[in-house]
Amino acid sequence: MMPADSGVEQAPAAVPGVDPDSAGWLRALAGTGPAREAALARLHEMLVRIARGEVARRAPRLQLTGPELDDLAYQAAADALIAITGKLGQFRGESRFTTWAYKFVIFEVSAKIGRHFWRHPGVRLDAGDWDRLPARFGFDPAQEAEWRDLLAALRRAVDEELTARQRRVFVAIVLNGVPLDALVIELASSRNAIYKTLFDARRKLRAALAANGYVGDD
Amino acid sequence: MDGRPELDRFLRTDPRDVGCAQAMEMLHIYAELAAAGGPVERQYPGIAAHLRACGPCGEDFDGLLAALHDQAPKTP
Repeated sequence: MMPADSGVEQAPAAVPGVDPDSAGWLRALAGTGPAREAALARLHEMLVRIARGEVARRAPRLQLTGPELDDLAYQAAADALIAITGKLGQFRGESRFTTWAYKFVIFEVSAKIGRHFWRHPGVRLDAGDWDRLPARFGFDPAQEAEWRDLLAALRRAVDEELTARQRRVFVAIVLNGVPLDALVIELASSRNAIYKTLFDARRKLRAALAANGYVGDD
Repeated sequence: MDGRPELDRFLRTDPRDVGCAQAMEMLHIYAELAAAGGPVERQYPGIAAHLRACGPCGEDFDGLLAALHDQAPKTP
Protein backbone atom coordinates (compact mmCIF):
# COMPACT_ATOMS: atom_id res chain seq x y z
CA MET A 1 0.00 0.00 0.00
CA MET A 2 1.31 3.43 -0.86
CA PRO A 3 1.55 5.93 1.96
CA ALA A 4 -0.22 9.26 1.82
CA ASP A 5 1.49 11.73 -0.46
CA SER A 6 2.04 14.79 1.68
CA GLY A 7 4.62 17.46 2.21
CA VAL A 8 6.38 16.99 -1.11
CA GLU A 9 9.22 19.42 -1.40
CA GLN A 10 9.74 20.91 -4.83
CA ALA A 11 12.78 19.40 -6.50
CA PRO A 12 15.14 21.67 -8.37
CA ALA A 13 14.47 21.81 -12.09
CA ALA A 14 17.94 20.41 -12.74
CA VAL A 15 20.85 19.43 -10.51
CA PRO A 16 24.17 20.20 -12.22
CA GLY A 17 26.25 17.13 -12.98
CA VAL A 18 23.55 14.63 -12.06
CA ASP A 19 23.68 11.30 -13.90
CA PRO A 20 20.90 10.50 -16.41
CA ASP A 21 19.23 7.86 -14.23
CA SER A 22 19.04 10.21 -11.27
CA ALA A 23 17.80 13.02 -13.51
CA GLY A 24 15.02 10.68 -14.65
CA TRP A 25 13.97 10.01 -11.08
CA LEU A 26 14.01 13.70 -10.19
CA ARG A 27 12.03 14.66 -13.28
CA ALA A 28 9.41 12.01 -12.64
CA LEU A 29 9.04 12.62 -8.91
CA ALA A 30 8.90 16.40 -9.31
CA GLY A 31 6.30 16.08 -12.05
CA THR A 32 2.59 15.46 -11.87
CA GLY A 33 0.03 12.95 -13.01
CA PRO A 34 0.42 9.30 -13.94
CA ALA A 35 4.18 9.53 -14.58
CA ARG A 36 4.76 10.73 -11.03
CA GLU A 37 2.42 8.10 -9.58
CA ALA A 38 4.28 5.41 -11.49
CA ALA A 39 7.63 6.70 -10.24
CA LEU A 40 6.35 6.73 -6.64
CA ALA A 41 5.08 3.18 -6.98
CA ARG A 42 8.39 2.05 -8.46
CA LEU A 43 10.40 3.81 -5.75
CA HIS A 44 8.20 2.31 -3.05
CA GLU A 45 8.71 -1.14 -4.50
CA MET A 46 12.48 -0.63 -4.48
CA LEU A 47 12.44 0.66 -0.91
CA VAL A 48 10.45 -2.36 0.25
CA ARG A 49 13.00 -4.63 -1.42
CA ILE A 50 15.91 -2.82 0.24
CA ALA A 51 14.16 -2.78 3.62
CA ARG A 52 13.41 -6.49 3.47
CA GLY A 53 16.99 -7.24 2.56
CA GLU A 54 18.23 -5.09 5.42
CA VAL A 55 15.99 -6.62 8.09
CA ALA A 56 16.96 -10.07 6.83
CA ARG A 57 20.64 -9.12 7.11
CA ARG A 58 20.13 -7.96 10.70
CA ALA A 59 17.61 -10.65 11.70
CA PRO A 60 20.10 -13.08 13.30
CA ARG A 61 20.87 -10.42 15.92
CA LEU A 62 17.24 -9.44 16.55
CA GLN A 63 14.48 -10.97 18.62
CA LEU A 64 12.00 -10.69 15.79
CA THR A 65 10.11 -13.32 13.87
CA GLY A 66 9.22 -13.53 10.16
CA PRO A 67 5.94 -11.57 10.14
CA GLU A 68 7.36 -8.90 12.47
CA LEU A 69 10.40 -8.51 10.24
CA ASP A 70 8.21 -8.09 7.17
CA ASP A 71 5.98 -5.59 8.94
CA LEU A 72 9.01 -3.60 10.05
CA ALA A 73 10.34 -3.58 6.48
CA TYR A 74 7.06 -2.28 5.06
CA GLN A 75 6.79 0.42 7.71
CA ALA A 76 10.39 1.48 7.08
CA ALA A 77 9.78 1.67 3.32
CA ALA A 78 6.60 3.73 3.75
CA ASP A 79 8.26 6.21 6.11
CA ALA A 80 11.35 6.42 3.92
CA LEU A 81 9.19 7.26 0.90
CA ILE A 82 7.61 10.15 2.80
CA ALA A 83 11.05 11.38 3.90
CA ILE A 84 12.47 11.13 0.38
CA THR A 85 9.62 12.96 -1.33
CA GLY A 86 9.71 15.60 1.39
CA LYS A 87 13.44 16.18 0.93
CA LEU A 88 13.70 15.88 -2.83
CA GLY A 89 15.03 19.42 -3.07
CA GLN A 90 17.96 18.47 -0.83
CA PHE A 91 19.32 15.93 -3.33
CA ARG A 92 22.49 17.53 -4.71
CA GLY A 93 23.57 14.87 -7.15
CA GLU A 94 26.64 13.83 -5.14
CA SER A 95 25.63 10.19 -5.53
CA ARG A 96 23.09 8.34 -7.63
CA PHE A 97 19.55 9.18 -6.62
CA THR A 98 18.88 5.57 -5.69
CA THR A 99 21.87 5.47 -3.31
CA TRP A 100 20.59 8.63 -1.61
CA ALA A 101 17.11 7.08 -1.39
CA TYR A 102 18.39 3.77 -0.02
CA LYS A 103 20.09 5.66 2.80
CA PHE A 104 16.72 6.83 4.07
CA VAL A 105 15.26 3.35 4.22
CA ILE A 106 18.34 1.98 5.99
CA PHE A 107 17.99 4.75 8.60
CA GLU A 108 14.29 3.93 9.00
CA VAL A 109 15.09 0.26 9.58
CA SER A 110 17.58 1.25 12.30
CA ALA A 111 15.10 3.57 14.00
CA LYS A 112 12.35 0.96 13.99
CA ILE A 113 14.63 -1.72 15.39
CA GLY A 114 15.58 0.74 18.15
CA ARG A 115 11.91 1.23 19.00
CA HIS A 116 11.30 -2.50 19.01
CA PHE A 117 13.92 -3.00 21.72
CA TRP A 118 11.66 -1.46 24.37
CA ARG A 119 8.98 -4.07 23.79
CA HIS A 120 11.08 -6.44 25.88
CA PRO A 121 10.28 -6.14 29.57
CA GLY A 122 12.92 -6.01 32.24
CA VAL A 123 15.45 -3.76 30.54
CA ARG A 124 16.96 -1.48 33.14
CA LEU A 125 18.23 1.93 32.20
CA ASP A 126 19.91 3.33 35.27
CA ALA A 127 20.82 0.55 37.69
CA GLY A 128 24.05 -0.85 36.39
CA ASP A 129 25.06 -4.44 36.96
CA TRP A 130 28.79 -4.09 37.46
CA ASP A 131 29.20 -7.86 37.61
CA ARG A 132 28.64 -7.86 33.85
CA LEU A 133 31.58 -5.60 33.14
CA PRO A 134 34.29 -8.32 32.96
CA ALA A 135 32.27 -10.36 30.46
CA ARG A 136 31.44 -7.22 28.47
CA PHE A 137 35.13 -6.81 27.63
CA GLY A 138 36.06 -10.49 27.65
CA PHE A 139 37.96 -10.73 30.92
CA ASP A 140 38.39 -14.32 32.11
CA PRO A 141 36.90 -14.89 35.60
CA ALA A 142 39.64 -17.42 36.29
CA GLN A 143 42.21 -14.64 35.95
CA GLU A 144 40.42 -12.11 38.13
CA ALA A 145 43.56 -11.34 40.11
CA GLU A 146 45.04 -9.84 36.93
CA TRP A 147 42.18 -7.49 36.09
CA ARG A 148 40.42 -6.80 39.39
CA ASP A 149 42.34 -3.57 40.08
CA LEU A 150 41.90 -2.31 36.50
CA LEU A 151 38.13 -2.72 36.53
CA ALA A 152 37.89 -1.30 40.05
CA ALA A 153 39.73 1.76 38.76
CA LEU A 154 37.37 1.96 35.80
CA ARG A 155 34.35 1.85 38.10
CA ARG A 156 35.89 4.53 40.30
CA ALA A 157 36.47 6.71 37.24
CA VAL A 158 32.86 6.21 36.10
CA ASP A 159 31.66 7.33 39.55
CA GLU A 160 34.06 10.22 40.00
CA GLU A 161 34.95 11.58 36.57
CA LEU A 162 31.75 11.37 34.52
CA THR A 163 28.84 13.77 34.60
CA ALA A 164 25.46 12.35 35.60
CA ARG A 165 24.38 12.16 31.95
CA GLN A 166 27.64 10.54 30.82
CA ARG A 167 27.29 7.99 33.63
CA ARG A 168 23.70 7.26 32.66
CA VAL A 169 24.64 6.67 29.03
CA PHE A 170 27.67 4.54 29.99
CA VAL A 171 25.60 2.39 32.36
CA ALA A 172 22.77 1.90 29.87
CA ILE A 173 24.95 1.04 26.88
CA VAL A 174 27.99 -0.65 28.42
CA LEU A 175 26.60 -2.37 31.51
CA ASN A 176 23.00 -2.99 30.52
CA GLY A 177 23.53 -3.59 26.81
CA VAL A 178 20.92 -1.08 25.64
CA PRO A 179 21.50 -0.41 21.92
CA LEU A 180 22.41 3.20 21.20
CA ASP A 181 19.43 3.71 18.88
CA ALA A 182 17.09 2.39 21.58
CA LEU A 183 18.59 4.78 24.13
CA VAL A 184 18.00 7.63 21.68
CA ILE A 185 14.28 6.91 21.86
CA GLU A 186 14.17 6.47 25.63
CA LEU A 187 16.01 9.73 26.28
CA ALA A 188 14.23 11.60 23.46
CA SER A 189 17.64 12.49 22.10
CA SER A 190 19.54 11.97 18.84
CA ARG A 191 22.08 9.39 17.78
CA ASN A 192 24.67 12.15 17.42
CA ALA A 193 24.05 13.52 20.93
CA ILE A 194 24.20 10.11 22.63
CA TYR A 195 27.33 9.15 20.68
CA LYS A 196 29.01 12.45 21.63
CA THR A 197 28.13 11.90 25.30
CA LEU A 198 29.65 8.41 25.21
CA PHE A 199 32.64 9.66 23.18
CA ASP A 200 33.43 12.26 25.85
CA ALA A 201 32.93 9.65 28.59
CA ARG A 202 35.32 7.23 26.88
CA ARG A 203 37.95 9.96 26.57
CA LYS A 204 37.62 10.91 30.25
CA LEU A 205 37.78 7.31 31.42
CA ARG A 206 40.84 6.56 29.35
CA ALA A 207 42.57 9.68 30.67
CA ALA A 208 41.75 8.68 34.25
CA LEU A 209 43.07 5.15 33.76
CA ALA A 210 46.18 6.45 32.00
CA ALA A 211 46.87 8.94 34.80
CA ASN A 212 46.97 6.03 37.21
CA GLY A 213 49.08 3.82 34.97
CA TYR A 214 46.39 1.28 34.07
CA VAL A 215 46.58 1.93 30.32
CA GLY A 216 49.10 3.62 28.04
CA ASP A 217 48.58 7.33 27.53
CA ASP A 218 49.23 7.35 23.76
CA MET B 1 41.13 -14.52 27.99
CA ASP B 2 42.43 -11.00 28.51
CA GLY B 3 39.89 -8.22 28.05
CA ARG B 4 42.48 -5.45 28.01
CA PRO B 5 42.65 -5.10 24.21
CA GLU B 6 38.84 -4.88 23.98
CA LEU B 7 38.66 -2.36 26.83
CA ASP B 8 41.48 -0.36 25.24
CA ARG B 9 39.69 -0.37 21.88
CA PHE B 10 36.48 0.85 23.52
CA LEU B 11 38.12 3.66 25.45
CA ARG B 12 40.35 4.86 22.61
CA THR B 13 38.85 7.83 20.76
CA ASP B 14 39.99 9.20 17.41
CA PRO B 15 40.12 13.01 17.24
CA ARG B 16 39.28 12.82 13.53
CA ASP B 17 35.91 11.18 14.35
CA VAL B 18 33.25 13.45 12.78
CA GLY B 19 30.31 12.13 14.82
CA CYS B 20 27.02 10.64 13.72
CA ALA B 21 25.40 13.73 12.20
CA GLN B 22 28.09 14.34 9.59
CA ALA B 23 28.61 10.64 8.91
CA MET B 24 24.87 10.14 8.32
CA GLU B 25 24.70 13.22 6.10
CA MET B 26 27.54 11.92 3.91
CA LEU B 27 26.84 8.19 4.11
CA HIS B 28 25.42 7.83 0.57
CA ILE B 29 28.47 9.52 -0.94
CA TYR B 30 30.88 7.52 1.19
CA ALA B 31 29.11 4.20 0.52
CA GLU B 32 28.98 4.75 -3.22
CA LEU B 33 32.68 5.53 -3.32
CA ALA B 34 33.41 2.49 -1.13
CA ALA B 35 31.28 0.25 -3.36
CA ALA B 36 33.31 1.41 -6.35
CA GLY B 37 36.53 0.54 -4.53
CA GLY B 38 37.46 4.19 -4.08
CA PRO B 39 39.90 5.56 -1.49
CA VAL B 40 37.32 6.35 1.19
CA GLU B 41 39.77 6.17 4.10
CA ARG B 42 42.03 8.73 2.45
CA GLN B 43 39.27 10.96 1.11
CA TYR B 44 37.06 10.90 4.21
CA PRO B 45 39.27 9.98 7.21
CA GLY B 46 36.88 11.51 9.73
CA ILE B 47 33.95 9.46 8.48
CA ALA B 48 36.09 6.32 8.29
CA ALA B 49 37.17 6.89 11.91
CA HIS B 50 33.56 7.34 12.96
CA LEU B 51 32.28 4.24 11.19
CA ARG B 52 34.97 2.16 12.92
CA ALA B 53 33.90 3.42 16.35
CA CYS B 54 30.12 3.85 16.10
CA GLY B 55 28.19 0.59 16.02
CA PRO B 56 24.88 1.99 14.68
CA CYS B 57 26.48 4.09 11.94
CA GLY B 58 28.77 1.20 11.02
CA GLU B 59 25.71 -1.03 10.78
CA ASP B 60 23.95 1.49 8.54
CA PHE B 61 27.03 1.70 6.34
CA ASP B 62 27.19 -2.09 6.04
CA GLY B 63 23.49 -2.13 5.14
CA LEU B 64 23.82 0.56 2.51
CA LEU B 65 26.85 -1.14 1.04
CA ALA B 66 24.96 -4.45 0.90
CA ALA B 67 22.06 -2.69 -0.83
CA LEU B 68 24.39 -1.21 -3.42
CA HIS B 69 25.94 -4.57 -4.10
CA ASP B 70 22.52 -6.21 -4.45
CA GLN B 71 20.73 -3.59 -6.52
CA ALA B 72 21.50 -2.19 -9.92
CA PRO B 73 20.48 1.42 -10.52
CA LYS B 74 16.92 1.71 -11.80
CA THR B 75 15.21 4.43 -13.78
CA PRO B 76 11.49 5.12 -13.61
